[in-house]
Amino acid sequence: MRSLFLLLWRNNFTLLFLSLLSISFFFIIRNNNFQQVSVFNSTNKISATILEAVNYVKEYINLKENNASLARENAKLKSVLPDTWYEKGALRTVIMDSTRLQQYSYITARVINNSVNRRNNYLTLDRGSIQGVKKDMGVISSSGVVGIVKDVSDHYCTVMSVLHKNTRISTRFKNSNYFGSLVWDGTDSKEASLLEVAKHVKFSVGDTLITTVYSAIFPEGVMVGVVKGFDLKAGDNFYKINVKLSANFANLSHVYIVDNLLKNEQWVLEEQTKLKDDN
Amino acid sequence: MITELVILLFRLFILLTVQVVVLNNIQFSGFINPFLYIMFIMMLPVKLPKTFLLLIAFGTGLLVDVFSNSMGMHAAACLVMAYVRPSLLRILAPRDGYEAESVPSVKELGFTWFLIYAAALTFVHHMVLFYIEVFRFSEFFSTFLRVILSSLATLLVIMISQYLFGKPVNDK
Repeated sequence: MRSLFLLLWRNNFTLLFLSLLSISFFFIIRNNNFQQVSVFNSTNKISATILEAVNYVKEYINLKENNASLARENAKLKSVLPDTWYEKGALRTVIMDSTRLQQYSYITARVINNSVNRRNNYLTLDRGSIQGVKKDMGVISSSGVVGIVKDVSDHYCTVMSVLHKNTRISTRFKNSNYFGSLVWDGTDSKEASLLEVAKHVKFSVGDTLITTVYSAIFPEGVMVGVVKGFDLKAGDNFYKINVKLSANFANLSHVYIVDNLLKNEQWVLEEQTKLKDDN
Repeated sequence: MITELVILLFRLFILLTVQVVVLNNIQFSGFINPFLYIMFIMMLPVKLPKTFLLLIAFGTGLLVDVFSNSMGMHAAACLVMAYVRPSLLRILAPRDGYEAESVPSVKELGFTWFLIYAAALTFVHHMVLFYIEVFRFSEFFSTFLRVILSSLATLLVIMISQYLFGKPVNDK
């Protein structure tokens, strides 16, 4: 017995090797037979987390290819959708009424190009001169003011969005007639500023702002946004009001082009008056 | 002593991370899969007791197994490799023996010596690993081709990393 232990002790290296080897073979065979959830398997929470992270990166690396193939598939599917066809007839409603004169007419349009992240943002709509769109018509959506038509081609028009350096929209409080002009300061597509509201005007945060007819571009009362906050610098006579815009520019899809049928009349008259003044 | 241990653990961590996160996800033509992590076992100190050598190799193999979903295979391959290592070191021993704190690396024992040493151990490891993975001899030659090609790839990666991170542990 003693000599047996001695033998084992002398060959402990080989012995340890053989026993560890049999342990690993035990693992191999058990794993192959059962494919079970075992403590050391990759279902083990830690390794699963790491592998998941690796997989996440792998997915990201393949993203370009996947996107390309998805886009290809989308293009194929899109080409059979009814949306592919350009709608020739403009949906313009004209109502005949002998006692009242229709002042505004609306043309429905789809947004086919849009941006919100530049300093000067434009939209492109799928309506053009054939449907009667002209420069300086207003564009509104169901949730609020969108912009002003800038250029018109046969089938398309571009719209200077509210999110543009040169856009100024005449805006007033819904519950009082005080007005100012809305400009965008170029930071957040959900916010704009209302300027030129005099110091004595009383309003509160949450007040609704709507369009005025002064510019003859928009009809009265189209929602612009709500007052979010304001700022009055010492010695300044005008508020700088923070406005939360009601239209969500990031996901506009269907809008209306507003045709003020009496706009020309108003503008010509105003021009004449101004000219006379100058003379 | 402590510094050596820290360096060893750090090397283990780096090699395992590279193996699991990068190399396990690379497959050149489905045939070649480099296993850089075995460099850790190669670079254990020469005078390390054999028992520890086996246990460390077993543990390292198991760690790789856990992340490669190949329970026991790497452990077995590493064990065989560690079992061969003392004999190989004896065969390759320089005329006046190894220094007390010697660590097998290009920097300490030269390019040719390390290349032979690493090639032999890599071949043993890959031999065991790939034949256990296939677990039958009917694909003997295609498996052998895989062993050769992967060994070359592993060897290449090991030699490159010897020059990239081959800081010897011997200076205290």
